[in-house]
Amino acid sequence: MTLGSITPSPLSELRTFVENQSGQKVLQCYQCGKCSAGCPAAYVMDLGPRQIMRAIQLGLKKEALGSSTIWLCVFCQTCSARCPAEIDIARVMESLRWLAAAEKSQPAEKDIQLFHRTFLNLIQRFGRIQELGLGVLYNLLGRHPFANMALLPGMLTRGKLPVLPPRVKRVSEVRKLFAKVKGIEKSPSRREER
Amino acid sequence: MRPHTYAYYPGCTLHSTAKEYDVSTRLVCGKLGIKLQELEDWTCCGASSAHSTSHLLSIALPARELQAAEEMGSPLAVACAMCFSRLKHTAYELTDKAKLGLVNELLGKEFHNATEVVHLLKVLYEASDAMPLRRPLKELKVACYYGCLLVRPQEVVDFDDVENPQIMDRLIEKSGAEGIEWDFKTACCGASLPLTRRDVVLKLSHRILSQAKQLGADCVAVACPMCQSNLDTYQKEMEATYKDKLELPVLYFTQLVGLALDFSPKQLLLDKHFTDPMPMLKDKGLA
Repeated sequence: MTLGSITPSPLSELRTFVENQSGQKVLQCYQCGKCSAGCPAAYVMDLGPRQIMRAIQLGLKKEALGSSTIWLCVFCQTCSARCPAEIDIARVMESLRWLAAAEKSQPAEKDIQLFHRTFLNLIQRFGRIQELGLGVLYNLLGRHPFANMALLPGMLTRGKLPVLPPRVKRVSEVRKLFAKVKGIEKSPSRREER
Repeated sequence: MRPHTYAYYPGCTLHSTAKEYDVSTRLVCGKLGIKLQELEDWTCCGASSAHSTSHLLSIALPARELQAAEEMGSPLAVACAMCFSRLKHTAYELTDKAKLGLVNELLGKEFHNATEVVHLLKVLYEASDAMPLRRPLKELKVACYYGCLLVRPQEVVDFDDVENPQIMDRLIEKSGAEGIEWDFKTACCGASLPLTRRDVVLKLSHRILSQAKQLGADCVAVACPMCQSNLDTYQKEMEATYKDKLELPVLYFTQLVGLALDFSPKQLLLDKHFTDPMPMLKDKGLA
């Protein structure tokens, strides 16, 4: 018997990763669909949260990591609060983003991943976020330099966007923290600890 | 009785786009005898970006702040719902000894994960019996909007009922106003998507504001800078997209409590919002 186009690589590989990282038991999902019904962003996702759960159960890594779902999930945790099988589905979604980041897979929502990366780069550099810098950098790196400009004058006249970067004295500690995290994430022997 | 001294973590936005939240928080706490000691040299909690990218980073960054508060020996009061959520999630995850050990190694400091993290809403609610009401917010109908991160998931944040929280409504009532019954108290506003998928933010925020408006609310009260920004900053764009009029002021609950304690609109930075609350406040005799 064939499974159509479905060619599960080691069937449990994806599920094992998700379960280890999120601490959630994916096989307990019995596909009731309450997560998709309550998800505020389901209407823009290519796969609903229920379908993502099924994809993990079936080992469909490419489908799960390539979905727009994992990026459009805004972590409101409505699904997690309502799941009758008590699965924290939002945690499952974030673990798929970690895997997508680690495997450098092509994200379905490039701008969202870029936004998060830019955000983290700024924390690493300055210790805190400065929204003006975040907006400018995100626009430049995303090659949409004039996006979101309409609100700028209003924000500036209200004094809501400080122009100078934030000052953190011990920013070197933060940089070290980022470096140590990267080191651990690259070392295969320590990856299990996470 | 809770202690009256708290370590205070404002978070990045309270120094910029949400500075009215910080200013009104300090005024109200000062009046109620609650001492806030800002964490020295605090850094960003990583917000949605750290936990969208790296598991370890998403707990290491908040752990740094939890450790600093632990050293101060006071519970940690947090105003921003996003920071609150990240700090709570971290404290919850670090009940796992192996993870705590790893984080200790990363921080290079001794940390026992003993900090109690409290949201400011709870701090003020618990102090509200002794509130010296100078200007009761009479005849003001408020749609108390809690959003996602304050209330979910219950086992992590331990805050209030997940589907129908009450604590902000009770605090607003103690200020003399009326909290309306409505469906969107804990609905999502679109969170961190305004720069990347504005369409989602406009749709989700619009349905929240529409119902508040239909039910006769004079304003929406929030406890999260991200919610405030989404509901207020993009309101004109929602009106243009969905071709209707909202004109619904979106205020921090601390600004409303501050008004009841007789601080002036100027002191509370009520002039910093995109949807100007002054006409409504004047109409109600509150400004």
